[in-house]
Amino acid sequence: MLTKRIIPCLDVDAGRVVKGVSFVDLKDAGDPAELASFYDHEGADELVFLDITASSDKRGIMEEVVKKVSENLFIPLTVGGGLSSIDDIHRMLDAGTDKVSLNTAAVHDWSLVAAASNRFGAQCIVVAVDARSVPENAPIANTGGTFTLDPESRWEVYTHGGRKATGIDAVKWCRHMAGVGAGEILLTSMDADGHKYGYDLELTSAVSEAVSIPVIASGGAGSPEHLLHVLEEGKADAALAASIFHFGTYSIAEVKDYLADHGVPIRPIQES
Amino acid sequence: MSGPNIAIIDYGAGNLRSVTKALESLGAKPLVTSDPKELEAADALILPGQGACDSAMVALEAHELTGYVQKTIASGKPFFGVCLGLQLLFDSTEEGNADCLGIIHGRVRRFPEGLKVPHMGWNTVELQNPEHPVFAEIPQGSHFYFVHSFYADPDSSDVVAATTEYGLNFCSAIAQGNLVATQFHPEKSGPTGLRLYANFLRMVGSLA
Repeated sequence: MLTKRIIPCLDVDAGRVVKGVSFVDLKDAGDPAELASFYDHEGADELVFLDITASSDKRGIMEEVVKKVSENLFIPLTVGGGLSSIDDIHRMLDAGTDKVSLNTAAVHDWSLVAAASNRFGAQCIVVAVDARSVPENAPIANTGGTFTLDPESRWEVYTHGGRKATGIDAVKWCRHMAGVGAGEILLTSMDADGHKYGYDLELTSAVSEAVSIPVIASGGAGSPEHLLHVLEEGKADAALAASIFHFGTYSIAEVKDYLADHGVPIRPIQES
Repeated sequence: MSGPNIAIIDYGAGNLRSVTKALESLGAKPLVTSDPKELEAADALILPGQGACDSAMVALEAHELTGYVQKTIASGKPFFGVCLGLQLLFDSTEEGNADCLGIIHGRVRRFPEGLKVPHMGWNTVELQNPEHPVFAEIPQGSHFYFVHSFYADPDSSDVVAATTEYGLNFCSAIAQGNLVATQFHPEKSGPTGLRLYANFLRMVGSLA
């Protein structure tokens, strides 16, 4: 039976993991390769590295990071953040990542998703979507665009790390992305992100039902129960989490045990 | 120490690095090449692959490797196909119009409607041929990492070495003589996947 995936996400700034694992005795808690190994042994099903490097002249560092991490990592790795061309994607895949995630660049020009999918295969193209709820009674005209907001829209796509509104309906956008060749959607609720009150179940299930590709839920995890809810009610295929793992609030084993006890199919820790 | 001499067939199918790294971690020194002389000198060949069958067949043709692969497998040289490298061994595919290699009789089919495609993630593998040396010390029902949109449907169940359930029960590994192929990615399947590659290296070593 296909299992639900548990995916830790690590932020990397100029080659160093920030907000990295703080509760175990690692030689270097900022070393991406060491942290990747740590989570692999802990039982992570995949890993996501998000490059949050602000200055563009330090972007090349991520390639070196990926080369080093992939030397000894035998579970899938996704890298996102700042990738904006076929060339960027090609270099990252060559460096050894299994998938890339595209966010702002996809909104800027969705044909990049189509081109990348044609060139490298849908299996390695993840589209990351940051969504925020549209305020009730917001005055929205129906422009009739394929994926623009309309009066019925409930969530809007944001870019630039959630700072910039786009006028795009999140559910329509995800459907469009699946249609042009995305292999997977990484869906982050900007409303829930950072609050640890749980994932946005309505958003997640709305997107998961709208697309026929896997959906990774992100934003809001504070307890194993939250992961259970988003994998069941939220109909997510995978759950991504950061701080609950990094700060040792829960180990991956504890989360997986809890999910297994509640009937969610997961890959047992002893096999990892 | 010199492990068996393994060649990974490079026909422009994208990311060969993860297969290479996995074999290196087991002490092998795989050669990534499309040169028939180098392939000929190897003790065993690995055919990786991602993406679409049609373009992979075109790429194999362009490297003049189609006939070579068919001949090599017929000669009994140990051969391992991964993911698309399993599908390419079949006669034909619903994914496109190109004929595939025709080494295993059967067709590659689309998953039924209503399922999330790609079939992506860790799924259980039921060994149909647990005595096969490539499965040594691999427990029944182990999890392996899959990512694919089509599945292989062999005419004869004799070649089916393992099955997996996703909407239907499909063939997730084949074995026929020295030919082994998996729909899943051992190089992405943690320690269990590495064990499978180690078993293959042992198979090759005991034959060489």
